[in-house]
Amino acid sequence: MSASVLIEPIYLLACVSFILALKRMSRPQTAASGMVFAGFAMAAAIAVTCAIPGMENFALMGVAILLGGGAAYYAAKKVAMTGMPQMVAIYNGMGGGAAGAIGALELLRGASGVSAAFSALGGIIGAVSITGSVIAFLKLQGWMRERPIVYPLQKASNLALLGAAIIAGALCVFRPSREILAAFFILSAAFGFLMTIPIGGADMPVVISLYNALTGVAVAMDGFAIGNFAMMVAGTLVGAAGSLLTLLMAKAMNRSIPSILFGAFGAVEQEGGDIAGSLKPIEASDAALMLGYAAKVIVVPGYGLAVAQAQQKVKELMDSLESKGVAVKFGIHPVAGRMPGHMDVLLAEAKVPYDRLFDRDEINAEFSSADVALVIGANDVVNPSAHRTGSPLYGMPILDAEQAKNVIVLKRGKGKGFAGIENELFYKDNTRMLYGDAQESVSKLIQALKDV
Amino acid sequence: MITGMWASVTIVILAAFTGYEVISRVPVMLHTPLMSGSNFIHGIVLVGAMIALGHAHTPAEQVVGFIAVALAAANVAGGYVVTDRILRMFLKAKAKE
Repeated sequence: MSASVLIEPIYLLACVSFILALKRMSRPQTAASGMVFAGFAMAAAIAVTCAIPGMENFALMGVAILLGGGAAYYAAKKVAMTGMPQMVAIYNGMGGGAAGAIGALELLRGASGVSAAFSALGGIIGAVSITGSVIAFLKLQGWMRERPIVYPLQKASNLALLGAAIIAGALCVFRPSREILAAFFILSAAFGFLMTIPIGGADMPVVISLYNALTGVAVAMDGFAIGNFAMMVAGTLVGAAGSLLTLLMAKAMNRSIPSILFGAFGAVEQEGGDIAGSLKPIEASDAALMLGYAAKVIVVPGYGLAVAQAQQKVKELMDSLESKGVAVKFGIHPVAGRMPGHMDVLLAEAKVPYDRLFDRDEINAEFSSADVALVIGANDVVNPSAHRTGSPLYGMPILDAEQAKNVIVLKRGKGKGFAGIENELFYKDNTRMLYGDAQESVSKLIQALKDV
Repeated sequence: MITGMWASVTIVILAAFTGYEVISRVPVMLHTPLMSGSNFIHGIVLVGAMIALGHAHTPAEQVVGFIAVALAAANVAGGYVVTDRILRMFLKAKAKE
């Protein structure tokens, strides 16, 4: 009984620490220390939970924690920095799955009234979050087609499915049976699956953030159901912070949440209007010449840089150019890569100084005075069709690389970008294409620069 | 003293405002770490999963509880490591300046 008096105070302490952690993590200077706060709080909350009177199955619990925690720890340590976005998605999905399972367990155990209602809410939100997050993971990992998957009557059938899930959930509360419970979870999970497949990869960061917020809400609902206020507070905190974050991210991409969820990005490809001009390839040696004799080069990195792990080479290229007196700046689109800040993280890893990184608002005015815009594996974020009404990309803020005197595009092949839209920039008269893996291409450029 | 339902509702509403206020002026650069960090924080679901498994009696309950704990533990461990690795990048970059 002695340790159990600590439960509530420690939960309170944990809640306060989580708030402080979020606060610290919203500033660059204090971000890292915020996580330490949260880590200690979490460890304390978990430890004190063991002291709750009447708990059994500790052996099973230990095995489950070691299995789940161990596998996740190992995977998270091993994965390359480029894989981070999908790792966030999958761990978020697991949290959602856990929340769903807790809801299921409460209903299975015959929860009634308000508690059953909250369990059902936690169950449906958690189940949607796990299947949705898994699809986001599969799409980002490249194990599933990244393009939106669309079919006739999609919205109507998804809506019907959601309706059916809600009805099954209500039945679970008022007329519980195992069959209905199973149906409830199958319907909920299916809805999460089906509502995510029509969303294109370009929108995935926002969707992951949305599911992150949803998992928070599911955890809060479970907290209500089992009367645990640490879960109520932490879950609500994440639900609110995550919702705001989702809106901020969508704003950074100039997309609205409804158009992301129901717009099926690439599906409206009615344009296809012929693009004037042709793709003009260039040799690395010629590209190096252009770069070496430039006064100012703006590098625009994108997902291709992340995939090719080219960040170190890009740093070398920068050093090499600077030693020749070329001014090098990086134009970072907020959503270049697969997540906001993706490029900042990668370039920081390669030790590119922060004062070379400029965000869209700062750099856009400078393209017209740049001799070369070097686009490394970026596509949609430099697509000028975003300025034209009728384009599926219309309204998305882009980097105006087309304004530069010359544009060199490093690209793996002739494929389209994430949004599945042709890029007019690549066809412009002053654009040259350097095909190949970004890391190899940059290496060739560095090599060729030595002879310039 | 307020009790029961209303106490809970009060707590949740205050927590919602706090969550909103706390990150309302976050720079774009920190969006990803913050998402990852809040992903770790909802790992608190592990507490609920442990309580659920801790009170499971039938085999069916134990199976569901076991799955819940394993998934939640993955959320906690994975969420922490991923956030830590992302934030370390910032630390390194700052140390160089």
